Amino acid sequence: MTASAVLEAERVAFRIGDRPILADVSLRLGAGEVVAVLGPNGAGKSTLVRLLLGLERPHAGAVRLRGTPLSDLSERERLDLVGLLQGSPMFAGSVADNVAYGLRIRGVAPAERARRVEAALDRMGVAGLGGRDVRSLSGGETQRVAIARATVLDPDVLLLDEPAAGLDVASRRRLLADLEAAVRRGGGATLLVTHDPQEAFALADRVCVLEGGAVSQEGAPADIVAEPASAFIAELTGAELVVDGVLVARRERLVEVEMGGGVRWLAVPAAHSAADWTPGRRVHVAYRPEDVALTQSGGGAPSTPRNRAQGTVSSMAPLGGLVRVRLEGPVPLVALITREGATELDLAPGRQVSALLKAVATRAYMAPAKHPS
Amino acid sequence: MLEALGRGLAYLLSGSADVLEIVLLSLRVSGTAVALGVLLGLPVGVAVGLGRFRGRRIAIAAIHTGFALPPVVVGLFIYIVLSRSGPLGGLGLLFTPTAMIIAQAVLAAPYVAGITLAAVQSVPESVRLQARALGASRMRALATHLREARLGIGAAVVAGFGAVISEVGAVMLVGGNVQGETRVMTTAIVLETRRGDIAAAVALGIVLLSIAFAVNIALTRLQQGPASVARSSRPGA
Repeated sequence: MTASAVLEAERVAFRIGDRPILADVSLRLGAGEVVAVLGPNGAGKSTLVRLLLGLERPHAGAVRLRGTPLSDLSERERLDLVGLLQGSPMFAGSVADNVAYGLRIRGVAPAERARRVEAALDRMGVAGLGGRDVRSLSGGETQRVAIARATVLDPDVLLLDEPAAGLDVASRRRLLADLEAAVRRGGGATLLVTHDPQEAFALADRVCVLEGGAVSQEGAPADIVAEPASAFIAELTGAELVVDGVLVARRERLVEVEMGGGVRWLAVPAAHSAADWTPGRRVHVAYRPEDVALTQSGGGAPSTPRNRAQGTVSSMAPLGGLVRVRLEGPVPLVALITREGATELDLAPGRQVSALLKAVATRAYMAPAKHPS
Repeated sequence: MLEALGRGLAYLLSGSADVLEIVLLSLRVSGTAVALGVLLGLPVGVAVGLGRFRGRRIAIAAIHTGFALPPVVVGLFIYIVLSRSGPLGGLGLLFTPTAMIIAQAVLAAPYVAGITLAAVQSVPESVRLQARALGASRMRALATHLREARLGIGAAVVAGFGAVISEVGAVMLVGGNVQGETRVMTTAIVLETRRGDIAAAVALGIVLLSIAFAVNIALTRLQQGPASVARSSRPGA
């Protein structure tokens, strides 16, 4: 991967009281690299950010900036490491005062400071807000100013904790585009912490998935989408989950899974999953809704897809030019089909249909002993 | 009552030099006492409010108990310490303005500490952490935190001043109400009332309230900033 890490966490552990928050987390951030830490709420993401910024000390392991443990850094050396915390609070005063905060600490002269503040606000699409009192900003404006306050410093390492959280879809998309430009422009290394896979996959060179306080997968976005290491990641990357399958048997390169109601499916065992495919074990079966085909119910005609399930349409939701169809039955499924297909089948809630899924489009993951909820 | 008020105003307008002297001494004693109380109470309030140490709850309870300190008991304690046979008797401070300042500083400090404590706790910890994450040193991050708590800290100073400018028990005991030396507004009011000069007492009462009002206007201006006009200007947000 990267030859020399600018920021590196090595086997870091952290707990609050007796409750472990992070266990044995290692992470490397190379110069100029954009890495995303992706995880659900409660995975320990914000704690990891605090550890990486030296705001908390790990109970085990170490965090190093260019090889030096954070606790040994001088105040001067610390300035290379900048973070935007989740829900980053504004300080009382004007927008310009806030964006200039870190520049003042770094002793930047007033004229240069004013120029950089204006440029940073401009990059984040909030030029002209400099004179405003921060209390008068909207939520979206506040988030943009908070990003400007961090990116204006052009740090060697920038940590961003959920910079786009809580925005509506359109604002979020625009904000992320501006954020990416601002991050790539600086040329420093960036660690983006987010619960949103779209954000992580769009912005990052490398994605590190944090689940229940541990790294469950790390790699290029394309590799993670292609080979998710856990059912959770499969779900994150867009596949749906059918939980509570039980392994029946191993068959050559496939596994046979009892899905409920006597329905048995064949699935490809996930490459990264544990190798212990013994019958009786609980497995998660993942599939992509666009891989599910629907046919008229009762039609017993032979077909190539091996996996079948009868179901009743419970809901239909338009999604762009497609329709998302939810099926109820022994195996609850979601199918993403074209509008034309829906019309041809005369689909409507309450209608009985058969769902077909190719075995090679069905993936089985060993259920973890304790899956974080 | 109205008659007393009228006679009191007439008394004031007669422009007695004594009254001016009493008012100035009151301001000097209480002003200095509050300044000392801030010097003492502010760091304690910040430390107890933000610190994590054993016995913190006890410390908070102790500070809050300070709110209920009867001035006369504080006065008695300072009296004992400063009296000729007391541990600091040799300094000869009893019945001087300095003794009054000490007593009132002891009374003001718990108010300043207690209200500062609540003020700094009301600012989320994320302010300090975000300041640190932008490169602030621990001290600078603390300064940023205190700046966010400035309204509450201002309230602490106002409360401390209010507590001491109006108290009579402590200054009476350790000051002795000596004319031209340790007589302040509250002790003068007690004296004039006892002597039956209600007009003078009411006049001093009016002055006391007016001064408290004026000082609080000044402190409020410091605390809240100049009358806010800019805040409402929010073009098309």
